[in-house]
Amino acid sequence: MDYLLTDEQKMIKDLAHKIAEEKIRPVAAKYDVSEEYPWDVLKVMAESDMFGLFIPEEYGGLGTSIMNLSLATEEFSRACGGIAVCYAASALGTFPIVLFGNDEQKKKYLPDLASGKKVAAFAITEPEAGSDASAIKTVAKKEGDHYILNGLKHFITNGGDAETYVVIAMTNKEKGARGASAFIVEKGTPGFTFGKKEDKFGIRASSTRELIFTDCRIPAQNLLAKEGMGFIVTMRTFDMSRPGVAAQALGIAQGALELAVKYVRERVQFGKPISSFQGIQWMLADMATEVEAARALVYSCARMVDAGVKDVAKESAMAKMYASDVAMKVSVDALQLFGGYGYMKDYPIEKYVRDAKITQIYEGTNQVQRSIIALQLIKEMAKER
Amino acid sequence: MNIIVCIKQVPETTEVRINPETNTLMREGVKAIINPFDMYAIEEALRLKERFGGKVSIVTMGPPQAEAALREAISMGADEGFLVCDRAFAGSDTWATSYTLAGAIKRIGAFDLIICGKQASDGDTAQVGPGISTHLDIPQVTYVKKVEEATDKSMRVERMLEEGYEIIETPLPALLTVVKEINEPRIPSLKGLMRAKSAKIATLTQKELNLDVQQIGLCGSPTQVVKIFTPAPRIGGQMFKGEIPEVVKQLVDLVKDEVH
Repeated sequence: MDYLLTDEQKMIKDLAHKIAEEKIRPVAAKYDVSEEYPWDVLKVMAESDMFGLFIPEEYGGLGTSIMNLSLATEEFSRACGGIAVCYAASALGTFPIVLFGNDEQKKKYLPDLASGKKVAAFAITEPEAGSDASAIKTVAKKEGDHYILNGLKHFITNGGDAETYVVIAMTNKEKGARGASAFIVEKGTPGFTFGKKEDKFGIRASSTRELIFTDCRIPAQNLLAKEGMGFIVTMRTFDMSRPGVAAQALGIAQGALELAVKYVRERVQFGKPISSFQGIQWMLADMATEVEAARALVYSCARMVDAGVKDVAKESAMAKMYASDVAMKVSVDALQLFGGYGYMKDYPIEKYVRDAKITQIYEGTNQVQRSIIALQLIKEMAKER
Repeated sequence: MNIIVCIKQVPETTEVRINPETNTLMREGVKAIINPFDMYAIEEALRLKERFGGKVSIVTMGPPQAEAALREAISMGADEGFLVCDRAFAGSDTWATSYTLAGAIKRIGAFDLIICGKQASDGDTAQVGPGISTHLDIPQVTYVKKVEEATDKSMRVERMLEEGYEIIETPLPALLTVVKEINEPRIPSLKGLMRAKSAKIATLTQKELNLDVQQIGLCGSPTQVVKIFTPAPRIGGQMFKGEIPEVVKQLVDLVKDEVH
């Protein structure tokens, strides 16, 4: 389908495709096994200005565009969902500063993130606060011109490898959700250490770690927005980042579909390529149609965000939920088409199944996304009355 | 350090089709790319510029569409591109091409170094680089796999041989041809691509270069392509087994038989 991309968007897509084919695909299996952080690939992305796609020009980026970010993320994910998420998670960690940072904070942090010299991470999840973000226990207590952070974050993508963290902590527990605040915390701050690195089912090239705060003193000027705005920062950040997660899922689905089509044309059974069998063809047709439907949703949503539409909660939830469900289904079907070979690690397809699964879970489980969508539908109807 | 890189646009596929009537390459319908060996030349020039400063100029001779190759080199970080293009240059062999490129380089101005890929993937002659250095009367070092040291007056390089390598020091200006072992070409940047899109490419025609008409184009090309073919692979062979004196005797007997 022709999405009428601009010349600039085509340029970004083509360049990301080149990086994916030449620099990511050849090392995808290696990083999946070793679980090392793919610094060499991120360096190539940085030198190609890819980290500038989500940062305004005045701070060294190429202008914040969710569509551009989605195109790049999709292409990277076609080759490896794990390496792509290292990139996309830096965008996630950067958005709160882009959206809510004051000029001083933006000047201090954004140029190094735009050049890819540093990588960012966003930290809200805690052992007892997953979908229920209001249950977070990490606290930030103001003492003079500092805040003292205490608590534990876990499952933090880019944790340990990122230099710049946006951390959500409670400044006023009694106020519940309205008592949370967002802080910029630099790696190396005394009292800020890293815990266990998770051994994951998929996206194994990316790092997922615990962040431990023990009387960690950070300057008061590292508060983003105002005290009590932590959840607004989080919600607005997720509205921006969900199309990116959706694009990651879309890329995984597209990559799995391409591998499957290639394989069924080569695999001969009963004296013919298995692509000549109707049962196989119908599976391919469904897979391709679902991928295209997901793409239409993701691009439309990304374009809405870029156009400045205020409330995109429903659309970005739809894009994330649908694209990730498609990624899961299409990668499982692709593995099915590979037959017994597909189940073996010698073939690249089983990794797509493992990488796809997380996209249904993180940045809001798909059940939470459905709740967001339903709530918006009900609100819209109530407004009409 | 001012560096000139000579590149060639070639068909992407290595399975180039040959026009059976004219014995020349059929370029229609095949995607054009920068000759892969020239990518290493561009990369090495960019690395030397990063170390020593200066400017990287790219030169190519070819039809108007070869401009795309120059823009790609600029997207990687080269400063400027020159397209040597004129109907008068059509049909040039390696002699006429190197004469013409040398003329273009003289026109472009002062340089410290010229870098070429070791050969083009379509013709595989490896003659144009050495030809340019001969026409310009500067030293040449072919098959360079590493630049060890460089100053603004001289350069020490490793030259790849079939078994091992030579270390050669050459005064500058000089011409190097490079092999793929020398580096890994970079991927362009978005800022580079945007710059390349709007970069002005200078076209150098015969009018500007005013070259000897007897030495350019088809009439300046002494090469006559009589036939192009892949040599038949050698088949079989015979292995002798046993103690060395016995094997030698068997071999000598066989050679004697063959001679008779």
